[in-house]
Order: sequence, then C-alpha cells, then structure tokens
Amino acid sequence: MEYLALIYVDDNSWAALSESEQQAIFQEYRQVTDAFRSAGVYIDGRPLEGPANATSLRVREGKTALTDGPFAETKEHLGGFYLFRCADLDEALKYAGKIPGARYGTIEVRPVMSM
Amino acid sequence: MSAREAIERAFRADAARAIASLARALGDLDAAEDAVQEAFLVALERFADGPLPANPAGWIFTAARNRAIDRIRRERVGQAKLERLAALDAIAPADAEDDDAVIPDDRLRLIFACCHPALAPDVRVALTLRALAGLSTEAIAAAFLVPVTTMAQRLVRAKRKIRTARIPFDVPREGELRDRLDAVLTVVYLIFNEGYGTPARSAAPVDLCAEGLRLATLLAKLLPDEPEVLGLHALLLLTDARREARTDADGDLVLLDAQDRTRWDRGAILHGLSVLTRALRADALGPYQLQAAIAAEHARAASIEETDWAAIVGWYDRLLAYDDSPVVALNRAVAVGMARGPGDGLAVIDALAQDERLAQYHLLHASRAGLLRRLGRHAEAHAAYERARRFARHAGDRRFLEERLAAHRP
Repeated sequence: MEYLALIYVDDNSWAALSESEQQAIFQEYRQVTDAFRSAGVYIDGRPLEGPANATSLRVREGKTALTDGPFAETKEHLGGFYLFRCADLDEALKYAGKIPGARYGTIEVRPVMSM
Repeated sequence: MSAREAIERAFRADAARAIASLARALGDLDAAEDAVQEAFLVALERFADGPLPANPAGWIFTAARNRAIDRIRRERVGQAKLERLAALDAIAPADAEDDDAVIPDDRLRLIFACCHPALAPDVRVALTLRALAGLSTEAIAAAFLVPVTTMAQRLVRAKRKIRTARIPFDVPREGELRDRLDAVLTVVYLIFNEGYGTPARSAAPVDLCAEGLRLATLLAKLLPDEPEVLGLHALLLLTDARREARTDADGDLVLLDAQDRTRWDRGAILHGLSVLTRALRADALGPYQLQAAIAAEHARAASIEETDWAAIVGWYDRLLAYDDSPVVALNRAVAVGMARGPGDGLAVIDALAQDERLAQYHLLHASRAGLLRRLGRHAEAHAAYERARRFARHAGDRRFLEERLAAHRP
C-alpha cells in the first residue's frame, strides 16, 4: 500500500520564525527524509513553492479558465495528484487541463521548489 | 530640457526593449528591470555633461547586460547560474533602426508574459505599464488610486510568480494565440479607458490614454495581421481624436451630441479610418473592430443629425453577439431611438429595464428621459431624470443630471 502524506502549513507562522529556526527545520527535514529512506518507506517527497505562486485551472464547456492563487473552496477535497516535468507554466497548464477532474473540479498547479 | 530629461527621453523607449530581451534570457523580469535601471543611472552620470551615445539602444542594452552578468557572477555557484550566463551571452541588442525586423521583437513576448492569465487581472495592467511603458511604481499607484506600498507589493509578488512558476516570455502557439491575445488587448483597452474616464481637470500624473495608444500602436506594428489588434488600434485612435472636444473650458464633460466637431483631431481620425479599413479587409470581425466601426460612423459624420444611425444599429447588433453587457444593449437602444425615432427607442429601453442588471443603472434612466423629452412627455421625462440621479454613483454624474433636471423642468 502507498500513502501520500500532505504537509499543510501557515505562511505567517513560518515567516514568524527566525532565520536560524527556519534553518533548523530544514535540517530536520533532511534528517527525517534520510530516516524514511533507511526505513525503506520513502518513495518521493518535495517542498512546494508558496500559494502565491499557484495557478488554479478549471475547464468548463471546453473553455479553460485560470485564476491567480491557490484553490480556495472547502467543499471539494484533494482527490489525487500528478507530478509533471515541464519547460514552463504554459506546458504544465496544458497538461493539467487534460486531467478529467479539471472538468468538474479544480486543478491547482504549484511549482515544486528547485533545490 | 535638463540633461536628465534628455537622457530619459533618449533611453525610455529603448529601456523597454532591453528589459524585454534580458527578462526573456533570465526568465526574471525583476532582475531585468534592476539591470536596466542600474544602467540608466550609469548613463545619467556618464552623459550628464557630454554628448549622448550615437546608439542609445545599443548602449543601454550592453550596459544592462553587463550589470546582469556581474550580478549573476556574484551569486552562489550552481548549474542555474551557468545556464543564465549562457542565456545572457546569446542575446544581442535589437536593432532599433530596423523596424521591419523578421526576428520577433522581445517586447511582444514581454507583453504576453505581463498579461498572462495566471496573473490577477489588475496586476497585468500594472505590470504592463511598468515594464513596457516604463512608468514608475509611484505613477502607476497614483493613476489607480492605491497606496504606493500596495502597488509596489503587488508588482513584486507578480514578478516573483513570473520567475518562480516560470511564466514564459513567449508569443503563444498558434492555437492559443487568439485567447491569449484577448487578455493582452483587454489590458491595453483598460489602460486607455482608465485615462479616458478621468476628467481633464484632475491633474493626472500620467497620461494613460497616451500610454494605451502607444501600446496599441506597438502591438499593431508587431502583429500587423491580427484584425482585432488593428481594430483596437483604430478604436483608440478614433476615440482619442475626440478627446479635446470632450471637456469644456471648465473641464466639465461634454456629451457627443454637444461636442464641437471642429475640435476633433482630423489627422487621428483619418489614421484610425485607414487602420480600420485594413482590419475589416480580413473579414474576421471581433468586438474591437465593431466598436471601432461605431466610432468611425461618428467620426465621419458632420453632426448628430447627419450620422448614419441605421448603420450604427447594425454594428451594435453584431457587437451584442460578442458582448451582451447591459451597456452595449443600452447604447444600441439609444441608436435605435436616433435611427427609427424616439418611440422605437423607448420601446427597446423599456424592454431592457426588465433586466435586473439594468433596472438601477442611471444611464438607462437618463437615456429614457431623453427619449421621453423628445416625445413631448415632459412630466415622465422629469421623473426619469430624478430616477437617474438617484442611481448615479459618481458626484460628477449626479451634477450633470441635476443640470439636466434644472434645464428641463416640466
């Protein structure tokens, strides 16, 4: 069985931390990633860029509508994910628009942080 | 003219081209702007007392690119750093003399990045004014009545998103071009309209009409085969031609029927008409061409009476297919009133008043009042003006309607 662990954070509480506290948390992430790896459970994990860099996409009646910012509805729930490797946002949006969920839900496209 | 002004003038147009080329190479609008700004400061220092360089475009480009290279060299080592240096190395200054360059102008790519639908609509306008028109953040903030810090923050956030989410600096592919072009044309139209809606007496810090017209001219040069691009260019030329006649000596608004048509700019009208003719030849109508066609009917007519109102109704009928907004429907009703008589116009307006979106629209009641007055139904006209005044939100509109009320006591 595979499980996806989603990390929800509040930008403000992160920003309230000092530089050294943030560094300590980064260090801790590296340590737990290593621990997951040696436990044999690790498949993949990646930090995302913040919601300010998100674009939400919906396809209705064949027309694609984009909005700046993250997905904000609470009624719908996270149903799955795809990880794409694309040259730029336009390419990512093109493929995101082909996801069936785009026609009845919303696809939030968020850049993965480059490390 | 001070040395600073002379330098600013010489470099302003070229700055946008340099920003465009650097932004594309770096995928980073902010870094490109910084580099060009630094180069500009160097220019101020170097050319304050002496002659300007023979080729300001080439000078600012090279100086800005060198700044960008220096800055990247100071960054931490990494693959991305080498890629960016290589990208900067590969670009050359656009030849400012060569207007018919086959190579697409980087400014076109920059417009598409600034007006990308993944950015919020209001920030597209601000980014375009900043990056392409070269307006300062302060000037943009003042033009849109928001605090400078708010505008600065919006711009910073948008530029960060362009870089982080990798919004491309590219002209969209054929299949997507029309949709994306719509977003670009909307931005240019909004910029112009924002300026046009501002009465002349409020000392606006920037002439947004001129900026909008400049951008439309640039787009028409870069995409000369797109009928809607030409349509927008024609529309702005024809609308701007009436600007002088739109306000009286006190700076108050003068409506079309009362404008002194000798104050219309004939040169701009002829230019607009010829651009529109070129657009219509492609036989691919769109909302900007249709609005330009309506503006052209007015521009060609010597007076309200001599206007071809039947033709205008025809253009509005077609415009409604693209834009069924209340404003278009109302303008069509007014045109019907002119073409077929106030009775017919009134029938159309009364039908529109059933629409919730229009029932409280002050211009509907003001137009209705005008038609009732022409029908000699003065008491009803007065009541309609009263209603119009009640729904008017802007002080200027209310003042105008109060004058009408005073002039037309039953």
